[in-house]
Amino acid sequence: MKGKREIGLLVVLVVLIAACSFAKPIFLDPRNINSILLWMPLLLVAAVGQFPVIVARGIDISTGSIVGLSAISVGLLVKASPTIPVPMLFIAGGMVGLILGCLNGLIIAFGKVPAVVATIGTLTAFRGLTFVVSKGDQIDSTAIPQSLTSLANQGINIGNVTISWLLFIGFVLAILAFFASNRLQFYRNIFAFGSNPDAAFLRGISPKTVELICYCASGSLAGVAGTMYLARFGFANPGSAGQGFELIVIAAVAIGGVKITGGSGSIVGVFLGCALLSCINVALTVLGIDADWQLLVYGATILIALIIDSVSQRRKATA
Amino acid sequence: MIRISSILALGALLLVGCNSGASNETSTSTTPSSTESGAKLKVVFIPKNTGNPYFKPLGAGIEEASKELGFDYQEQGPATGDATSQLPIIKDQIQRKVDVIILAANSPDALNEVLDDAKAKGIVVVTVDSDLEKNESHRDVGVMATDTSKIGPAQIELLGREMNYEGEFAILSATTDSPNQNAWIAHMMTTLKDPKYSKMKLVETVYGNDEPQKSSTEMEALMTKHPNLKGVLSPTSVGLAAAAQVLENSGMYPGGKKAANGGIHLTGLSTPNQLKKFVANGVITAFQLWSPKDMGSLAAYLGTAAKSKKIELKSGTEVDGPKGTKVKLNDKGVVFAGDLVTFDKANIDKFDF
Amino acid sequence: MKRPELIPAILTILVVAFFWKISPDFRDVNYLLANTTIFAETGLLAIGLTLIIISGNIDLSVGSSLVLTSCLVAKFTNDGTPIFVSVLMALIIGTLLGTINGLLITVGKLPSFLVTLATMALYRGAAQAMMGPASAKVPQPLKGIDRSDFHGLPYPFIIFVICALIVGLILHRMILGRWLFGIGTNKEAAHYTGFPVNRATISAFAITGFLIGISALLMDSRLGVARHDLAKGIELDAITIVVAGGTAIAGGKGTMIGTVLSWLLIYFVKTGMGVNNLKAEYQLTIIGIILVLSVFSQQIADRFSTNRQRKTTKIEAR
Repeated sequence: MKGKREIGLLVVLVVLIAACSFAKPIFLDPRNINSILLWMPLLLVAAVGQFPVIVARGIDISTGSIVGLSAISVGLLVKASPTIPVPMLFIAGGMVGLILGCLNGLIIAFGKVPAVVATIGTLTAFRGLTFVVSKGDQIDSTAIPQSLTSLANQGINIGNVTISWLLFIGFVLAILAFFASNRLQFYRNIFAFGSNPDAAFLRGISPKTVELICYCASGSLAGVAGTMYLARFGFANPGSAGQGFELIVIAAVAIGGVKITGGSGSIVGVFLGCALLSCINVALTVLGIDADWQLLVYGATILIALIIDSVSQRRKATA
Repeated sequence: MIRISSILALGALLLVGCNSGASNETSTSTTPSSTESGAKLKVVFIPKNTGNPYFKPLGAGIEEASKELGFDYQEQGPATGDATSQLPIIKDQIQRKVDVIILAANSPDALNEVLDDAKAKGIVVVTVDSDLEKNESHRDVGVMATDTSKIGPAQIELLGREMNYEGEFAILSATTDSPNQNAWIAHMMTTLKDPKYSKMKLVETVYGNDEPQKSSTEMEALMTKHPNLKGVLSPTSVGLAAAAQVLENSGMYPGGKKAANGGIHLTGLSTPNQLKKFVANGVITAFQLWSPKDMGSLAAYLGTAAKSKKIELKSGTEVDGPKGTKVKLNDKGVVFAGDLVTFDKANIDKFDF
Repeated sequence: MKRPELIPAILTILVVAFFWKISPDFRDVNYLLANTTIFAETGLLAIGLTLIIISGNIDLSVGSSLVLTSCLVAKFTNDGTPIFVSVLMALIIGTLLGTINGLLITVGKLPSFLVTLATMALYRGAAQAMMGPASAKVPQPLKGIDRSDFHGLPYPFIIFVICALIVGLILHRMILGRWLFGIGTNKEAAHYTGFPVNRATISAFAITGFLIGISALLMDSRLGVARHDLAKGIELDAITIVVAGGTAIAGGKGTMIGTVLSWLLIYFVKTGMGVNNLKAEYQLTIIGIILVLSVFSQQIADRFSTNRQRKTTKIEAR
């Protein structure tokens, strides 16, 4: 039963790729596959962070601003000391995200402010902070070292397809999250809390701890995604870095089968959701859909995905 | 609930009641804006959005002029560049009784009404960089960087020279609505009809919405869809910066590891600082821009001179410019601040904006 | 807390006093009234959202519906079209778009957050596909409502207050309101009590759609043009207003007066910051902080409240 949702997603993914390749054979071109693969790392990492939050019946709408603030912060850091080794940049991004996520967690768990409200508030607050920190200036490509941006184009080559180091990092984090969600007792607590907070409380699972940790995780992974942002684009602008990102992340997680009401879902589903969204986003451009029609098609696709999901859930329930 | 609503109703009545009384109070604001008394003029610059590196030198130009000409300068930009984001800001400036508004318009027409309000209150409205296409009557003068009709041909020539005037190329623009990009692209199309460029073929125009992610995806898609692509033109700095990174990653620039038949030539419009790295390592050979600073100072000069009645901004006339120059307003009321500058390895380090 | 709307009320008075003191440009009642025309459109959305959020749902697509409605009206009417036709169009389209959301959520059994996330893209996308980069001119007879007033009160402001009154009456004095509160508190229980959950939910979205229609007319009238890229971010503003006004995001609690007071608060904050040329990014940050602080103080006030009826259900209500 657990695998059914994921199998369904895999089928949809395959059908989508098949349909697109049929319409435009160029869809399977290695360069296009590379393009899809480059979409994934940022989305995957942030989605893996959003996953525990949603399982715990919360939501993190501030992800985009955390990515932006972290990208700018890391950019400023590398501008000040250009010789910092790349792994440190990822750690720095993660730390910035951790602090921001912790702030979210404190407001939500201890301040008892509902997650939707708190993270909408921090969405704007963090974005404002990004401008303050960067003094309104963009971090230009001259400041970003080759060692960082090369992560986006170098990697393991399978034929002409490149599994970039960036994607690799994404995979590794996702795999770690997968094992954590299956093996770690604490993660099981998150699931328990999400299914039934009262029962979990009576079992001794502290809601405050669960929530705090979830938002810290979401924040720090979004922070890591911020560093990946710098690697992928080579520059960061305080206004546009990460803008709107949270909605794509939440869509990916939701399509991945994670119930917005909490308590269920899997990392595999999240992974497939990310893959699906990446394909859709690239398909929109490659299939030559008129620029003015892309938003409409995107919205319709998400809606159809949700409806299919709902219908299949109901079939499952009555079966 | 009844109690609170009656308090509110009382409050509303009070407001209506003292409404006529209060209107006199406001005309005695603390800073007399009358120029005859010799008080400093208030100039405000409203860029398309904050954090946009392109508007920094523009603002710097206005600021420099403020020191020379002696006016008060403030910059107030919206957080996002959408069509009506500047509207509340313009309203605020009217309330603040500024004398000159210098505006880089986010929309050709959504601001018509509020700009008319500004003009009715005696505020001089100067557009910079992005004009109110087809709605020019709602502003007093437009200071554009350089003759719009020259940008298209210059860009095509720049790309053509690199491509040896033959092969497939594509355009990566900003949003589908962006008035300046669309005007330049229209001129590019006309230029392409010239026999000199007959062997160059425009295969596609795509829109990156001035977003890094979308621009990158569009650039990658271009390279995939058109295996014989020889050139890409991006007349927007966000698109050009994103495309440059994509091109560098792919190794398909001229001289790069995966360059096929000479590689893909990338050029467009951008500020030098955003592309220094790419010119240094050969991903981009050359690109163009004008001087936003000159645009800013000229706009400031014309705006303040018009307000203090030293000149009259009429279309099709010539007026006195700064430092004894003469500037010509064309029949649409547009003044051109300067010429296109081409940046390449030889000169790029001289610039810092 | 028995009267959560006291918080926005007090904050409003403090904010007005503060800006009145420090800012001569703020001390202009005419201006304060006239400027409401821009914010009235957001206010109408907030009125509808109050109903939706109280019933335990959310609507992220209000901005997109607004834009789609305003574009359709502007595009398919011209100077010769009688005003009542344009008005009817806007109201019908708005209500229709809202009803679609309602149907997807009830009959489609889809969570409102995700559905309206999708329709947010769908509706605005439809507007963009239809309009492209062009603007549609609003017919002359429809223009300029923001420039006329009734004894000093701009018409958009009056319309906002009237709608707030009417919808407030529906919420607090009519059976639909009771149903919405019940559904928001506990959907299952409401269903078993015999409340028509689906009908009530759809009504909330339909009413919001109706209000969106009115708002679209106001926006068309004020701007004179309709474009697909207008009103971006308005949904976030509207949700901020509703929540800061004491309406619980989880549902089951809230008042229309709270929404109105919150609208006033945020209006004065924005106007005060604007007239002082406070940098846009600081304005954003401050609105975000106000939202969080507002809800936070409601929570604190809740804790200190003597009304401890909810102790046993507190675990669930967290």
